[in-house]
Amino acid sequence: MTTTAPQTQFAGDPGELPDSRRRSLGVIWSVIRSQPQAAVGTVILVLVVLVAFLAPVIAPYGARERVGQPFERPSGSHWLGLDDGGVDMVTVLIHGARVSLIVGFAAALVAMLIGGAFGILAGYFGGKLDIFLMRVTDYFLVIPDIALMIAIGAIWGRSLRNIIIIIGIVYWPTTARLLRAQVKSVRERVYVKRARALGASNTRIIFRHVLPQVAPLLVANTVLTVAIAIFAETALAFLGLGDPSLISWGKLIENAFEGNAISVGAWWAIVPPGIAVAIVILGCTMLGQALENTLNPRLRVGHLSVRRFRLRTLPDSIDVLTPRPARSGR
Amino acid sequence: MRGADYVIKRTVFALMTVFVAVTLNFIIFRAAPGDATTALRCRNCPEEFKETLRQELGLDKTRIQQYGIYLKELAQGDLGRSFATRQPVTEELATPIRNTIPMVLLGEVIAVFLGILTGVVAAWRRGTFLDSGSVGVSLVFYSLPTQWLGLMLVILFAGTLPISGIGDPFIAFTDPTWWETLKDRLTHMILPSTTLGVVLYGSYALIVRSAMLETLGEDYILTARAKGFRNWTIVWRHAFRNALLPVTTLMAISLGYVVAGAILVEAVFSYPGIGLETYEAVFAKDYPIVQGAFLVLTLSVVLANYVADLLYFKLDPRITT
Repeated sequence: MTTTAPQTQFAGDPGELPDSRRRSLGVIWSVIRSQPQAAVGTVILVLVVLVAFLAPVIAPYGARERVGQPFERPSGSHWLGLDDGGVDMVTVLIHGARVSLIVGFAAALVAMLIGGAFGILAGYFGGKLDIFLMRVTDYFLVIPDIALMIAIGAIWGRSLRNIIIIIGIVYWPTTARLLRAQVKSVRERVYVKRARALGASNTRIIFRHVLPQVAPLLVANTVLTVAIAIFAETALAFLGLGDPSLISWGKLIENAFEGNAISVGAWWAIVPPGIAVAIVILGCTMLGQALENTLNPRLRVGHLSVRRFRLRTLPDSIDVLTPRPARSGR
Repeated sequence: MRGADYVIKRTVFALMTVFVAVTLNFIIFRAAPGDATTALRCRNCPEEFKETLRQELGLDKTRIQQYGIYLKELAQGDLGRSFATRQPVTEELATPIRNTIPMVLLGEVIAVFLGILTGVVAAWRRGTFLDSGSVGVSLVFYSLPTQWLGLMLVILFAGTLPISGIGDPFIAFTDPTWWETLKDRLTHMILPSTTLGVVLYGSYALIVRSAMLETLGEDYILTARAKGFRNWTIVWRHAFRNALLPVTTLMAISLGYVVAGAILVEAVFSYPGIGLETYEAVFAKDYPIVQGAFLVLTLSVVLANYVADLLYFKLDPRITT
């Protein structure tokens, strides 16, 4: 890791006028290239997405094909054994990636749209609108996510679309807060003021000047939200609120649990989906955190910090100043 | 007066949040498309039954009137009656809440203990294998689904520890002493609490670590070292005490979410707390119970946040707003 300030690190060619739209994608790419943590996360995500895309091609059996007795042990032809319906576990695991990823990305997109709109409107216009929108955000932050999802899910009924919307409307507030802070600082920059002086409309300033500046951070935050959304999907599925007609990782865990896999001793029906979820979440967390740490100048602190904390410097920037605790007596 | 202003602000916020939660609760359950009777999905029920149910629930009135009635009933502590048992929701939820609290507290204790221990050690031995190892383990635990971790513990400990329920159903026949009853309760609590603790500990450890790294970089640590204190004293007496500030508030805040997070754990271990009650009510489409549970869970988070705010204020004299 270099000790140069991130702002100068990705400034691009100094001779070139900053093309804000190109910069937004470029920043993400350079973070991925320069930070091993981000690179590993990206590789994991790309691989999982590929598996999900190619599911019908690479899955050894049909997703609903009964190939043996329920909970058959792992063997040469079925590496991870069979699930509660006698379906090959490797196959359902591969197919499960599809729904889990769709829910993850789509719900994160919903959260990004709501949170982005709230954050940009509040940050850009400020004043009463800002106060009102942020109050709403604060209330949503406090309401416990799982309880809210259960309450909405129980009423709306179980379908893929509902799950996506439910998860999306539960996880937007952090995005909104993050973006608001960012937009507030972008709004004060000289080129925005210049654009306004030249008579640009608010819509134009927001879409042409503000949005491209905050887009990388929005992407970083969305990557983190994908992880949370996949997590939430497994929770909803486990609580019986998943789409009953679709296979997802959460649903696999639920099926195994409901099908008494534990009393049969069929660990192979439970362990793999959990590990699959963990791998994807780890990938998202690694990439998202690396992006956010680099891009968010205000919150130089891990993603796990709670909102009301004082802003702290990143441990890595302290490193230069900190004398290592001397190991006396050795 | 520094304190009064802040306390009033936080109190107003907490009360407003409760009000918003109460309103959301109303909107989600009544203003959703259809009403509780269409959601019943009972094809064989005669129309009259639905009609009486609607009248009983007050669904034949306008939304505004319904909202007024709802608020009034709520102020009187009336959350309606369970569809399944016809008992008042408050009574139905009382025992589960009493069961959940000790389990959650034990889980929180486990998480705090593990989190502080590994976080401090990681920060102290920064850059070593111990550090990267404990950060890695924390990240992995942070990435695992709660219910899955619970199931793993069930697989590992089935046979050695009780994996479901809150107590031995036959213990009453053996005329137990209070000590035996307590022991029975505790052994049933171990696995659910450990699951909660392990799920939580990952994020605690990371936060303790970064808070410790920050305080270890302060000047007074250098002074302490120059004075020749032992490392142990520096880490625990000088650095950790100051790192406690963010850690305490974080833990207070998370306590509220832990209660809500108990839903998954309790479903796995059939632990008869508020979470299992919610889980079963969702399956039984017992909406008054779901609604009541939602309110209770939200209130616990709001309360925890409120306590955290006050704690933060008490611990850090620099806070003025």
